[in-house]
Amino acid sequence: MAATFFGEVVKAPCRAGAEDDEEEEEERRRETPEDREVRRQLARKREVRLLRRQTKASLEVALLEKYSCSRFIIAVGNNAVAFLSSFVMNSGVWEEVGCAKLWNEWCRTTDAVHMSPTEAHCVFYHLKSNPSVFGSCPKKNMQVTVLTCRHVTDYKTSESTGSLPSPFLKALKTQNFKDPVCCSLLEQPNIVHDLPAAVLSYCQVWQLPAVLYLCYTDVMKLDLLTAEAFKPVLSSRGLKGLAKNVPQSTEILRKLMTANEVQSNIYT
Amino acid sequence: MFVPCGESGPDLSGCTLLLPAVSVGNVGQLAIDLIISTLNMSKIGYFYTDCLVPMVGNNPYATAEENSTELSINTEVYSLPSRKLVALQLRSIFIKYKSSSFCEKLLSWVKSSSFARVIVLSSSHSYQRNDLQLRSTPFRYLLTPCMQDSAQNEIQSLNWQEMEKTPCIPEMSDSDYCVRIPGGGITRTLYQESCSKEIPMAVLLKFVSEGDNIPDALGLVEYLPTPSTLPWKIPSSWKLLFGSGLPPALF
Repeated sequence: MAATFFGEVVKAPCRAGAEDDEEEEEERRRETPEDREVRRQLARKREVRLLRRQTKASLEVALLEKYSCSRFIIAVGNNAVAFLSSFVMNSGVWEEVGCAKLWNEWCRTTDAVHMSPTEAHCVFYHLKSNPSVFGSCPKKNMQVTVLTCRHVTDYKTSESTGSLPSPFLKALKTQNFKDPVCCSLLEQPNIVHDLPAAVLSYCQVWQLPAVLYLCYTDVMKLDLLTAEAFKPVLSSRGLKGLAKNVPQSTEILRKLMTANEVQSNIYT
Repeated sequence: MFVPCGESGPDLSGCTLLLPAVSVGNVGQLAIDLIISTLNMSKIGYFYTDCLVPMVGNNPYATAEENSTELSINTEVYSLPSRKLVALQLRSIFIKYKSSSFCEKLLSWVKSSSFARVIVLSSSHSYQRNDLQLRSTPFRYLLTPCMQDSAQNEIQSLNWQEMEKTPCIPEMSDSDYCVRIPGGGITRTLYQESCSKEIPMAVLLKFVSEGDNIPDALGLVEYLPTPSTLPWKIPSSWKLLFGSGLPPALF
């Protein structure tokens, strides 16, 4: 609880997230077998499903068993995806091999089965000319590269964030990643959350070589400067040789940005 | 599940396990950070789980350029073999409805590893204190029945105060009394489960308000049967706790 300047007493959020725990305990004590069954069914609906996007059939065999790979590249967020798609996936022929759908109570459909194919949250491709490269696997010889963006105000530094030359790249790597990185490492006390952190945690625990390239930017929507900030990563072992024609890819990226620009001038 | 850093798991039997509850002011976690940093404990493994929000960063206890680039994740296990001390650090919050599952997995690991005792460092909302608690020391302890016999003399010599039972439903005048730890996260679940599973556990907590909780963490570790006579070493990751530098143009 906190008293405000105006004399009200309000429930202040707790940064340790401990507020719900007593309520959760109370709920659990009052739970009937029917409540437990509802909770179990909800948990099953929230499971991530791997499917063939076109046929909506579940993948019978785990992707990495069917397609062994030495390089696994993941792009998270619109600028990272735009970069990967313009520079890497427009060079060479990439075949879609599956997608991952996930559902939770925030989705508009009632469950993952009824989601349309365009709502797949993650699509997997592999390079037809070099099937050992897997884009968008816990096999020992595999190297994982993750690309993502964060807002520059999330970056902690003793200077003011307003004076930082954004966009800029920072990297985090697992213990087993021995190659040089294309930019400086992310200094403490900065941290990363969510999917990129989950991937890197998995790789660190199971001793896989993995690197995360994080672009700090002040523009979170699709932006040419931000997507181009990933260019140094093209010289890394994870992406080496995958971008065939950089000037052409830059042009593709530029067109992608233009196509996605919302016309904001109401007079045209 | 526990995943060791090296090829084989270390022998943890007979060790004391220190762990924080993710609680108000993050006091337990700050205290564990102080202990790991001051005693220079080494990382021996991970408690890999999907129950906490994933998070990674570089070594939070780095003292030099050479050791600043080791990756850390949200749940890591450290040890100091000379004192048979093991510390589990939790660095993010629980995902909704997963805290009970985490407690089960944790206590199962405690049993299977044959730890001699468990000490949970925690905190509770200071605004929820009753009149008696307001007038006394802000530190409290709880011991599971099988810990009481072995720790009773030590407790008495330290003048700790046992956590009082308060009405389970404060609004009802004839409510039963039970141990409540508002803002304590999984503390109560861990304590109650350890009582029923006969795990020797001591909970040490402080009544705090959220804000700059470094003094609270320092207070809590001072209150422990000190594993260290050295001055407490603030970890390098504690800098910029309240954000980046300010733009000079502001002034």
